[in-house]
Amino acid sequence: MDLTYTDDQKAFRDEVRTFLNDKLPSRLSGKVASGKRLTKADYEEWHAILNERGWLGVTWPAEFGGTGWDAVQRHIFEEETTRAHAPRIVPFGLNMLGPVLMKYGSKAQQDHYLPRILNSDDWWCQGYSEPGAGSDLAAVKTTAVREGDHYIVNGQKTWTTLGQYANMIFCLVRTSKEGKPQEGISFLLIDMDSPGVEVRPIVLIDGEAEVNEVWLQDVKVPAENLVGEENRGWTYAKYLLTHERTNIAGVGFATTALENLRRIAGLEQSSGKPLIENPFFAAKLAQVEIDLMAMATTNLRTIAAAAAGQAPGAESSMLKIKGTVIRQEINALTRRAVGPYALPFVSEALDEGSNVDPVGPDYALPATQAYFNNRKLSIYGGSNEVQRQIISKAILEL
Amino acid sequence: MNFQLTEERQMLQDSLRRYLADTVSPEMLAEATESEAGHSETLWSGLAEMGVIGALFSEHDGGFGGAGFDLAVVFEETGRAGAFEPLVASGVLAGGLIAARGSEAQKARVEDIIGGAILGFAHSEPGARYDLDHVETKATKDGAGWRLDGRKTVVEHAGAAEAFVVSARTGGETRDAEGISLFLVPADAPGLTTRDYPLNGGGRAGEVTLEGVSLPGDALIGAEGDAFPAIEEAAARATCAICAEALGLMESIRALTVDYLKQRKQFGQPIGKFQALQHRMADVLIEIEQARSAVINLAGHLAADRVTRERHVSATKNLIGRAGRLVVEEAIQLHGGIGMTEEYALGHLAKRLTMVDHRFGDTDHHLERFIRLSAA
Ligand SMILES: Cc1cc2nc3c(=O)[nH]c(=O)nc-3n(C[C@H](O)[C@H](O)[C@H](O)COP(=O)(O)OP(=O)(O)OC[C@H]3O[C@@H](n4cnc5c(N)ncnc54)[C@H](O)[C@@H]3O)c2cc1C
Ligand SMILES: Cc1cc2nc3c(=O)[nH]c(=O)nc-3n(C[C@H](O)[C@H](O)[C@H](O)COP(=O)(O)OP(=O)(O)OC[C@H]3O[C@@H](n4cnc5c(N)ncnc54)[C@H](O)[C@@H]3O)c2cc1C
Repeated sequence: MDLTYTDDQKAFRDEVRTFLNDKLPSRLSGKVASGKRLTKADYEEWHAILNERGWLGVTWPAEFGGTGWDAVQRHIFEEETTRAHAPRIVPFGLNMLGPVLMKYGSKAQQDHYLPRILNSDDWWCQGYSEPGAGSDLAAVKTTAVREGDHYIVNGQKTWTTLGQYANMIFCLVRTSKEGKPQEGISFLLIDMDSPGVEVRPIVLIDGEAEVNEVWLQDVKVPAENLVGEENRGWTYAKYLLTHERTNIAGVGFATTALENLRRIAGLEQSSGKPLIENPFFAAKLAQVEIDLMAMATTNLRTIAAAAAGQAPGAESSMLKIKGTVIRQEINALTRRAVGPYALPFVSEALDEGSNVDPVGPDYALPATQAYFNNRKLSIYGGSNEVQRQIISKAILEL
Repeated sequence: MNFQLTEERQMLQDSLRRYLADTVSPEMLAEATESEAGHSETLWSGLAEMGVIGALFSEHDGGFGGAGFDLAVVFEETGRAGAFEPLVASGVLAGGLIAARGSEAQKARVEDIIGGAILGFAHSEPGARYDLDHVETKATKDGAGWRLDGRKTVVEHAGAAEAFVVSARTGGETRDAEGISLFLVPADAPGLTTRDYPLNGGGRAGEVTLEGVSLPGDALIGAEGDAFPAIEEAAARATCAICAEALGLMESIRALTVDYLKQRKQFGQPIGKFQALQHRMADVLIEIEQARSAVINLAGHLAADRVTRERHVSATKNLIGRAGRLVVEEAIQLHGGIGMTEEYALGHLAKRLTMVDHRFGDTDHHLERFIRLSAA
């Protein structure tokens, strides 16, 4: 049992730190740290910086232009980039579609799409969920009917994160109504500039339009955009979900959120003293920190097992639940910490260079927004109820 | 022992519930927050006509209610509808303080308020957090009159107010209970500026800056320097009001969520058939009943001696904060993605309920205060 990094791992960590020190623009880290609104250009700027260093394909093997890092290196990279307040890597092309194409895509698809992901030529979004297919993903109804050398796609996708920035969407579509619902699903790549694709924003309770509805009406998709075989899409979809679950514990996010909370609680005054010295508040802060310390080790245990070649199984369900509950608790404490300034909603103040001042401290509105927005953590990526169901079946054998 | 409402209150509840159900829509609320007034003028004049504002005042003050249970009835209904009219700001706080301490001439304002005039209560200050005695704003004697200087923060409905009841220090230090006085200040007084903005959970508030605002001698409400007990009592009544509002919000959220559990199908069945969700909803129900009892406790003790009253203020506000968080988080979770959208009715109700915890002291503030009051 050894809880520390090896010398090689420490050297790697230093290399990442030096890189972030040199290359992460303070304009971007400043925006992330202060909860300002990130633009499409901000994400692309950061992707390009990482790509130049060869570090954008974090989870990709070297043969496809990725880093080839092992699980521990990836963890160190995650930890350091979140600590430095780098923008997150937009996951849809890099962590979701990329791995699917590497395993199931044709050579032509790999050659065409993978470099385009690294070069930010394409911005992908995930077209899985539909109004009637949430937790029950196999219920997707969007149809793709083969006509000669293309498919005609009709239906509606929803909750499509950052679909407003995307030019490409990977979709689960129904190509057969025979047999079990899972057996009639295909995995199709759709150009969002095609006639018949319409993207409509959905405003969430934090006031931001981060998700969208994507309507597909008689959209003509070349047959070569089918990934793998027709009606085998469920297999690819599930493979993608295991990759979506990398870094599912969100230890880095929780750690920076906790630091932010501690900073705010040091600035907020309660009866003439910093809030952080209030024993009631301090107790709650300590409680969540204790939980996070243990969870970080649970996470490392899984990573060590993965680095030793074990495939992650139901452990990721545990990490998903514990990780999201901890982050949501930190968000709730941060909302509480800002006191009456949770109330003002001066949204314009979140734009870079805005001449509208926030009401109260500038950290207040991002704190409230993060509380509301991160309710999503326990809903998406397999809801926490679905994860509990997986644990009861797969681990407890109930 | 009798937990029935009186006949008059039952009638008020019925007619108010019917009126709000017929009048309030999500679009109306969204427009109200965007509007210059920051609330719905239709709704406000409707409430005034129905006598709802009058229900917040005793007969002695020109109303026909004013007791804790009158507040509870009115605000449970406005909460149920998700409305955010200036009932607390103008009726309970500004109006309540004028009724409690005003001269005969000042009390004419109470009649105006009952008729729909809007006044604000400019009390909270930057750095005060939830401490009611934190007043830095200074009132200095200026010949026969007064001069006010200071900053007031998150003053609800500031933009719509024609006048403010303003707290200011005429003696003592910031956070002394003694030395606080109240003044009646017209919103257009030279030197008074308001920056108005929307709020999470609907409605608007403002930052009110007072720079050399000069007032005549009769702007002082009540005697000089001893306003704190009245402020504390007005805050107790306001807390009762928003706890009842929270209860109404919880009831609406519960109804929406139970409906959704029955409607929404996944895996070929209504999600309400999953026992995991049934149990969660059962716990929500239990906590809402706790919340109802807590509101009854507070409403029933608003007229008690100070320590008894304030223990109930803190007990109820603490419980409402905890129950509110549970109800909001469970309702959103049980809805899934749809529960996070601004457009679906839950969004507004959930935000408004969450924000109750940020008004008049949160769960932690009141837990600490309850312990202190219990030791006294
Ligand atoms: C902010 C956000 C971003 C998203 N981004 C994307 C995206 O980019 N692309 C995409 O395809 N999707 C996306 N999603 C959709 C997400 O994957 C779904 O919201 C999720 O699968 C849940 O589905 P649902 O919202 O329809 O809820 P439902 O499945 O209807 O669930 C409602 C409730 O029922 C519970 N429940 C369901 N089944 C069971 C069961 N068997 N046992 C017990 N409880 C159950 C759920 O846990 C939940 O509490 C996003 C969602 C959100 C909120
Ligand atoms: C101290 C004590 C005193 C008692 N006194 C008396 C007495 O005076 N007279 C008398 O007749 N009996 C008495 N009982 C028995 C008591 O009523 C039973 O223990 C009780 O009915 C539960 O039954 P069980 O112990 O067989 O547990 P089980 O019914 O086997 O339950 C085991 C677990 O499964 C859960 N469970 C069961 N069904 C469901 C379901 N449908 N959904 C979800 N969860 C479920 C239970 O909640 C429990 O957690 C007493 C028990 C105790 C512990």
